[in-house]
Amino acid sequence: MTLELLGGGRKLADKLGEELSVVLMGVSLGDLGKEAIAFGADKAYIVDDALLKDYQTDAYVAVMEKVVKQVSPSILLFGTTSMGRDLAPRLAFRLDTAVSMDCVELDIDPDSKLLLQTRPVYGGNARAVYICENTRPQMAAVRAKALDPLERDDARKGEVTSIEAGLDPSIIRTKVVDTVKEEVTGIKLEDADIIVTGGRGIGGAEGFQELEPLAKALGAAIGATRPPCDNGWVPASLQVGLTGKIVSPTLYIAVALSGSSQHIAGCSGSKNIVAINKDPEANIFKEARFGVVGDYKKVLPAFTEKVKELLG
Amino acid sequence: MPNMIVCVKQIADPEAPPGSFKVDEAAKQVLPAAGVSQVVSPFDEQAVEAALRIKDAQGGKITVLSLGKNFVMDVIKKPLSMGADEMILLQDPAFEGSDSHTTAYALAMAIKKVGEYDLIFCGRQAADWDAGQVGSGIAEILGIPAITPAKNVELVNGNVKVERVVTDGYEVIEASTPLLIMVSNELGEPRYPKLKGIMAAAKKEVPTWNAQDIGADAAKLGAGGARAKVHKLFIPVKEGKCEIIEGENPEDAAVNLALKLRER
Ligand SMILES: Cc1cc2nc3c(=O)[nH]c(=O)nc-3n(C[C@H](O)[C@H](O)[C@H](O)COP(=O)(O)OP(=O)(O)OC[C@H]3O[C@@H](n4cnc5c(N)ncnc54)[C@H](O)[C@@H]3O)c2cc1C
Ligand SMILES: Nc1ncnc2c1ncn2[C@@H]1O[C@H](COP(=O)(O)O)[C@@H](O)[C@H]1O
Repeated sequence: MTLELLGGGRKLADKLGEELSVVLMGVSLGDLGKEAIAFGADKAYIVDDALLKDYQTDAYVAVMEKVVKQVSPSILLFGTTSMGRDLAPRLAFRLDTAVSMDCVELDIDPDSKLLLQTRPVYGGNARAVYICENTRPQMAAVRAKALDPLERDDARKGEVTSIEAGLDPSIIRTKVVDTVKEEVTGIKLEDADIIVTGGRGIGGAEGFQELEPLAKALGAAIGATRPPCDNGWVPASLQVGLTGKIVSPTLYIAVALSGSSQHIAGCSGSKNIVAINKDPEANIFKEARFGVVGDYKKVLPAFTEKVKELLG
Repeated sequence: MPNMIVCVKQIADPEAPPGSFKVDEAAKQVLPAAGVSQVVSPFDEQAVEAALRIKDAQGGKITVLSLGKNFVMDVIKKPLSMGADEMILLQDPAFEGSDSHTTAYALAMAIKKVGEYDLIFCGRQAADWDAGQVGSGIAEILGIPAITPAKNVELVNGNVKVERVVTDGYEVIEASTPLLIMVSNELGEPRYPKLKGIMAAAKKEVPTWNAQDIGADAAKLGAGGARAKVHKLFIPVKEGKCEIIEGENPEDAAVNLALKLRER
């Protein structure tokens, strides 16, 4: 994500004729500053402190407040990650400025030179371009894969500066006592080139097992809409959509899902969407490139067999 | 016993068919669609549910706040019919044109007026503008910590234990009260109101507070106090050229689909 922010940030900085800085927070950050410069930054600020080991709102907001006061950026970017979703709004309120979450596009208005922050609203039904006229920095949290990283260039020159966190541990009012990983076997959704996603129409956990042979044959990851996650048919981490994973594979096979705007918000970046749904009126056919109208219980096995044959 | 506050927003049903959705690009406004009903924003119902689970476990009082206009009483009273104790509506022309900042400010001022609170619950994001900020904002203004997005909240010996959803699992976080928690759908289905609850809610008096009632500084409200501005609003164009693969029967169509994909 940091690489994507550097790539996107570089473009904005060049349009404005400004410098691009990166803030790296954590412990044992090593050579990350130099890395960031190779990927597009002019300056890297390193805040290395044991108290920054886990993400904790109070510590990270305090450090960022300090860095912003020191650096006075005109624009401040985040990723819409677990951390960014929490940190960016809190920091915006602390700095008394606005932030746009989950941006899919950033640009500079040629006339006003303001940051144009484009984000989906109304569950992805519409897009809004936000601006922040009077307060600084202009802040945006950007969705994964919305910005392109630059090629690594070790010849790039830049300056690495350390900043003392100077944290008083007593300001940290929350404590992470445990981290529970819900491991998903097989290919990760975010990395998959092909995804087979099941919706509520799959009907249950057993139904999802019927997606496995196809996923296996294609080397695909399995995804889900929200109802199968909420119903416990599959782990919550398989949810694709506005409030789940954002994916953009080459091929997205949507099985027995209606194509709600909130779901499409997570997969509209796919190169090709293929829909299998028994309802010819389902909205997913408005999003898909190819579709088959029919009961997935009939369509899927035949499709899987043919795919195996063609690939085998 | 904990004093709890839940913030809920009334919005147009976010699961209405996408085709019914229209905007006025010039006015940068969403147009009300015919036949689309108003609902309590779904994550906010889950926020109510989170508070009710704590009340079930150890009692306490739940006060619900909502800022808006054109309230549909049967809709906005749903948290009461689910089991919340009190509700206060915030309504004033001065609130119009609000952004996340001014909304959070008004809600925080109302919370201060309510007075005592141990836990404040919000949804992770309102399912209209999907901003995902007001909870953090209220917490910052009140000077209390916040956790988002949460899938489980427990009160153990006066300390709060929250499961926070992260990319591939969750974190268990401990904090003391007062604390603000933004709730996500992983919490599970909100309960259905029972008939008794619906009848009690219908009878319940719901006061409305205006800007003056909450002692708000007019300069920090509505469009005048907003820091974010909508510069443009549009519905993205879809190519919408789906090729339906036909066949003698579903199996046959499936085979043709596989062949088609191979061509590409
Ligand atoms: C704020 C907000 C955020 C949300 N975030 C997300 C999100 O991140 N991800 C997400 O997915 N949803 C999200 N949702 C929920 C979303 O609005 C929809 O409710 C959900 O996506 C619907 O899932 P679905 O398409 O699987 O189910 P449905 O809409 O019920 O569709 C089921 C489909 O299956 C078809 N079908 C049924 N049986 C068969 C069969 N045997 N063979 C073939 N087809 C069949 C039906 O024709 C129907 O089209 C969110 C909602 C809100 C309000
Ligand atoms: N007008 C409002 N009235 C009451 N609560 C609100 C209002 N707007 C936002 N909230 C609360 O803040 C959460 C996040 O909203 P938002 O930042 O607008 O996405 C919602 O889920 C609600 O709990």
